Amino acid sequence: MYFEKDVECMERAELEDLQLERLQATLNRVARNVPLYRQRFAEQGLDPDDFRSMDDLRKLPFTTKQDIRENYPYGLFAVPLRDVVRLQSSSGTTGKPIVVGYTRNDLKRWSRLVARVLAMGGMTRDDVVQIAFHYGLFTGGFGLHYGAETLGASVIPSSGGNARKQIMIMQDYRTTALCCTPSYALHLADTMEEMGVNPNSLHLKWGLFGAEAWSEAMREEIQNRLKVTATDNYGISEVMGPGIAGECLERQGLHVNEDHFLFEIVHPETGEPVPDGEVGELVITTLTKEAFPMIRFRTGDLTRVLPDVCPCGRRFRRIARIIGRSDDMLIIRGVNVFPLQVETVLLAMEGAEPHYQIVLEREGRLDKATVFLEVSENLLFDRMRVAREALEGIKRKLASELGVAMDVVFVGRKTLERTEGKIRRVVDRRQL
Amino acid sequence: MLRLRNVDLAYGRIQAVRRASLHVGKGEIVALIGANGAGKTTMLTAVSGLMRPASGSIEFDGRDITRAQPDAIVRAGVSHVPEGRLVFGPMTVEDNLLLGSFTRHRLGRRTDVRPELEQVYAMFPRLEERRLQAAGTLSGGEQQMVAIGRALMAKPKMLLLDEPGMGLAPTVTKEIFRYILKLRDALGLTVLLVEQNARAALRIADRGYVLETGRILLQGPAGELLANNDVQRAYLGRDLDREIQPEQGA
Repeated sequence: MYFEKDVECMERAELEDLQLERLQATLNRVARNVPLYRQRFAEQGLDPDDFRSMDDLRKLPFTTKQDIRENYPYGLFAVPLRDVVRLQSSSGTTGKPIVVGYTRNDLKRWSRLVARVLAMGGMTRDDVVQIAFHYGLFTGGFGLHYGAETLGASVIPSSGGNARKQIMIMQDYRTTALCCTPSYALHLADTMEEMGVNPNSLHLKWGLFGAEAWSEAMREEIQNRLKVTATDNYGISEVMGPGIAGECLERQGLHVNEDHFLFEIVHPETGEPVPDGEVGELVITTLTKEAFPMIRFRTGDLTRVLPDVCPCGRRFRRIARIIGRSDDMLIIRGVNVFPLQVETVLLAMEGAEPHYQIVLEREGRLDKATVFLEVSENLLFDRMRVAREALEGIKRKLASELGVAMDVVFVGRKTLERTEGKIRRVVDRRQL
Repeated sequence: MLRLRNVDLAYGRIQAVRRASLHVGKGEIVALIGANGAGKTTMLTAVSGLMRPASGSIEFDGRDITRAQPDAIVRAGVSHVPEGRLVFGPMTVEDNLLLGSFTRHRLGRRTDVRPELEQVYAMFPRLEERRLQAAGTLSGGEQQMVAIGRALMAKPKMLLLDEPGMGLAPTVTKEIFRYILKLRDALGLTVLLVEQNARAALRIADRGYVLETGRILLQGPAGELLANNDVQRAYLGRDLDREIQPEQGA
């Protein structure tokens, strides 16, 4: 089922002309309104007027998460703040998060693109959609909410947490479609078992899962245990949020909404485009965003282009499900976390020496992160109350800075394993 | 139906339009809005062949018309209604209209243009009432109808309208724009409309492009452009600091 059939099945030649028009207008706007791009163009001797075909794309500079962080909070906005009607946020690499903005038109477009992705995944206006993503600064909750509303479905903003309540809602409100992270979906399946709820007694048909990587094996398990048809979707806050790409019911890759996003796959180190089909870093350029346009944003996500036209009839090209990260970013319970963020918090606390290790495990279905921190003997052996207060303080700080709770364990000096004098920052024991 | 790619237009060394790419689909009304001197009229003259692009390409109905002669372009189905109407004052309304069919006649062979004339009179009854009057004695709004009618006499597929609302009273402008909509709806014409009166143009258009000092800054569905605050500030004269913005339609 298509949400915007004419566009989704547009001929490639027409699509490419449309992309050119939109990209040229975007380049004109950013050259005028965004100091960073004006500066970059000048530094590299680029005249946006010379941009006449897609081959010229590789001449344009990249934008990184670092650039956004350095222009915190509003430095990359292309419109005055009073034209921005929504602000959302995501983790920066260290310390401060990054801030993104949307004009009214941006919001409308966002909703339509998410609606497209939901429709691709089988949902219609007759569905009752439960959004079990946390509603707040992260783009997942609100993004999916407005998309589902635009689709015309009945939306339940159940937000994150409280698995038993989520299940009760599914039973009583007759939820037919579930949106959450795949690991949370399995957590709900486990909770149903505990509660003695038979998934066959529910009305679930569809599942749209994302915000973290998940395997085909996990998809099978989710489908079997929740009795849903599960599809993957891709989004990233810096570019817009959910709605950038999604699986159709063929489930052979994710269609990218190419009329609004131009994508490239580049070599993570050299930045050169890789041949079609090879794995590389996904780079996205926005074609229509007003408040926060992005030119060649390096997502850090690794994927590849899939060849051939999809049997579903959509002409938007597909990318493979995300294979991994090109940097050290972690995804813990759907939240982006950089080890450097953890380090920043630890450094700021008194009496803590910055020798630490983050261990990631799956406890049941949900991610569990533990920070092992080497501390001085004083803290380790001294009055327990002081140590406990310090520990709780660090836990609190981590939770509030990172947006996800982590356990903290104090260990003695030099007890963490070192290789060539360096501690392995992250130990990821999770099996996907 | 019409596609411009990377079109550069210059008057001597003055760059009027830079690297412009736009398209008009069959049956669409597309508005090109912008301030005085933005390059809008220049774009239309390039499409009708009165000016040659320094670079880039213009395609109409699948054919490359970048370097075609104006009369060939008219015969291909493009009619240009110029800025300021430019009706022939001393001639009658009917003669003005008949002149519009000029390219349809061949030496030694008469082409019957009466059906088209009847069609124009049916669309603009007031012109029939005044058919023997000197065109220069008509009101501004009526002259605009003559100019449009004259363009229709060439049996165009696409109409290029240059500032049809210029110098007209608001109620008359509204009437003219209603006619433009009718032309698309009743006759299936494709329309590229250049206007300083952004609100009137965007109200009847399907899509629009915003031109500022020769460059396209914004493009999208007409509704989106109307809701865009930069467009509102620059072209719709809204004083946003004094208003709370209501939802601009669904």
